[in-house]
Amino acid sequence: MMNTRTKSLLRQSRTDVTAREFPFRSYYGRAVLKPPVWKWEIPAYLFAGGLSAGSAVLAAGADLTGRPALRRAGRVSALTALVAGAYFLVADLGRPERFHHMLRVAKPTSPMSVGTWILAAYGPGVGVAAASELLPAALRRTLPGRLLRLLSRPAGLSGAVIAPGVASYTAVLLSQTAVPAWHEAHPELPFVFTGSAAASAGGLGMVLVPLSEAGPARQFAMLGAAAELAASRLMEQRLGLVRQAYTTGKAHRLRQWAQRLTVAGLIGTAVAARRSQAAAVTSGLALLAGSLLQRLGIFEAGVASTKDPRYVVVPQRQRVADEQQPASRAAGPSGNEHGPS
Amino acid sequence: MSADHNLSGNSSGLLSGPEADVTAAAGYLDHPPRMGFFTDTSVCIGCKACEVACKEWNLVPDDGFDLLGMSMDNTGMLGANTWRHVAFIEQEKPLGQQEAGVAELPTGPSATEQAADVVATAMRQAPRGGAELGTSPLQVSPGSRDLGMPSFQRPGADAETQRRTDFRWLMMSDVCKHCTHAGCLDVCPTGALFRTEFGTVVVQQDICNGCGYCVSGCPYGVIDRRPGDGRAQKCTLCYDRLRGGLEPACAKACPTESIQFGPLDELRERAARRVEELHERGVTEARLYGADPDDGVGGNGAFFLLLDEPEVYGLPPDPVVPTRDLPAMWRYAAMAASAFLAAGVSVFLGGRR
Repeated sequence: MMNTRTKSLLRQSRTDVTAREFPFRSYYGRAVLKPPVWKWEIPAYLFAGGLSAGSAVLAAGADLTGRPALRRAGRVSALTALVAGAYFLVADLGRPERFHHMLRVAKPTSPMSVGTWILAAYGPGVGVAAASELLPAALRRTLPGRLLRLLSRPAGLSGAVIAPGVASYTAVLLSQTAVPAWHEAHPELPFVFTGSAAASAGGLGMVLVPLSEAGPARQFAMLGAAAELAASRLMEQRLGLVRQAYTTGKAHRLRQWAQRLTVAGLIGTAVAARRSQAAAVTSGLALLAGSLLQRLGIFEAGVASTKDPRYVVVPQRQRVADEQQPASRAAGPSGNEHGPS
Repeated sequence: MSADHNLSGNSSGLLSGPEADVTAAAGYLDHPPRMGFFTDTSVCIGCKACEVACKEWNLVPDDGFDLLGMSMDNTGMLGANTWRHVAFIEQEKPLGQQEAGVAELPTGPSATEQAADVVATAMRQAPRGGAELGTSPLQVSPGSRDLGMPSFQRPGADAETQRRTDFRWLMMSDVCKHCTHAGCLDVCPTGALFRTEFGTVVVQQDICNGCGYCVSGCPYGVIDRRPGDGRAQKCTLCYDRLRGGLEPACAKACPTESIQFGPLDELRERAARRVEELHERGVTEARLYGADPDDGVGGNGAFFLLLDEPEVYGLPPDPVVPTRDLPAMWRYAAMAASAFLAAGVSVFLGGRR
């Protein structure tokens, strides 16, 4: 179909540039990529989805180990956060009335499609479990009421089993884009997000549940906060040029506050939240705020990384140069091979 | 036939890498050859007939009538309301071995770099990094700076002889690349974006719900959501005209055949010959962009002959479809999810209330 000469000419663009010092150039400083059209609703959903997932896990555990207050708080918050998150998702669409078009297809290459189906599987269980908690006393003895209460445990468990997917898929949702700050962070982002989810859900548990039952919430919050802080630090250390999108400007300020609040919440939980309800509430609120600011900060870093063409051009130019250096050294023998043919 | 192809095609071709027959891979059993554009910027004269023809045929709304201070480019960039965009770059060097005709004249440096600097500074202050330009005017405080607006004088005609320079004007009609592995198509959660029988990528306007995922999925910054409409918009490679056996409006309107339309295989051979010819004529800077099926997006359906590095035209130098790393992303997510569940179980195992 195509002879070798044609093929080699088609590759021209990649081989005639020799590895050398390259000044950064752009088209009038204009962005190469389009900044995300998503608004604050998307980071708000990331937070709400994580909070819902963490709460569902705590509620199921509380159900199985006989902690009614934690169970009740977890089930109700899981549903509330999920409903809020779903509202944010629909509100951010360009055509909100067409939200159900998401259900036309199931598409493995689109994390948003995968997420749609994860939420579709997660929602009913969380809904039934929360409904059984919110059931008015008058209806509890009726047949539907009894049925609902009977179903609440398996429903809550099904939600808890899917919850890790809800908490982690959102990291893939952001990374499966051309946005440098999100794409390059794909190894650490899921850990930041699940950590943040556990910290927020544990924090909410500490706020809503009496000290005697909040033990698992405290531990969940501490594990989550520690994981979030560690993954976030690791991410910053490993990233190349695009680290600057995280460590400068608005994203940096948001993430600094996220870190301060999460550290404060973590210390408060470890030191005082076991003995004092006030300390538990304060620490819980700090963890919730830290988690929210972390999501906002990561979102903002992504937006910033699309606005400056440097984050796109410089690493790609470097990659081209790196690929060509070994290629030019190997050019001799391979050239001979192709010679006679 | 297509089953054979799918069996023999390597599995890496599914998400990234070379894909010999992208149309068959999308499920078309019997289909026309893959069609595309070869845009030869060495013969572009910057007339913008392509921009106008595209708008007229596709009923694309205007995006403001503004002066952007970017040479003759007052469109800015590709976007929801710009499906063809002609870029203008002024450079102080000769084109190939061309004689700029300035040897005996009192000339000086053009305002090229100065203009570019002014625009770049304003761009950094724009809310979407300039992505909204073309739809809203560039905010510059009046009278404060020389914008370097194009003039009808030769570059630097007022300046003294000692500072004379050569000059070349690069013009390039940019368009959606119709990638072999299209980031926008991969992430679309509604199926609104689809691969046509011609191997092109098109948004179905009755399906798109404006989720905006494709905007961030495109490594070239082509597709965008139209304000007020809420749906994603981009070049369709005139799908309706193709169905009717016509060539796309921009190619039809191009007076210099800078925009060439045809079967991709044919265009690639023609482009290779053209590069060779230009090299022989001394235009050694000529190179193809997006023509290599081994590149990060598996090659473009619409590719280009450029006379400088891609980033000078606002193109990414080595774009990669985000989907290439999708398996790795899910592996990390699965690890994080397992850790999350394990933490959730462990906190209840202590038995202490």
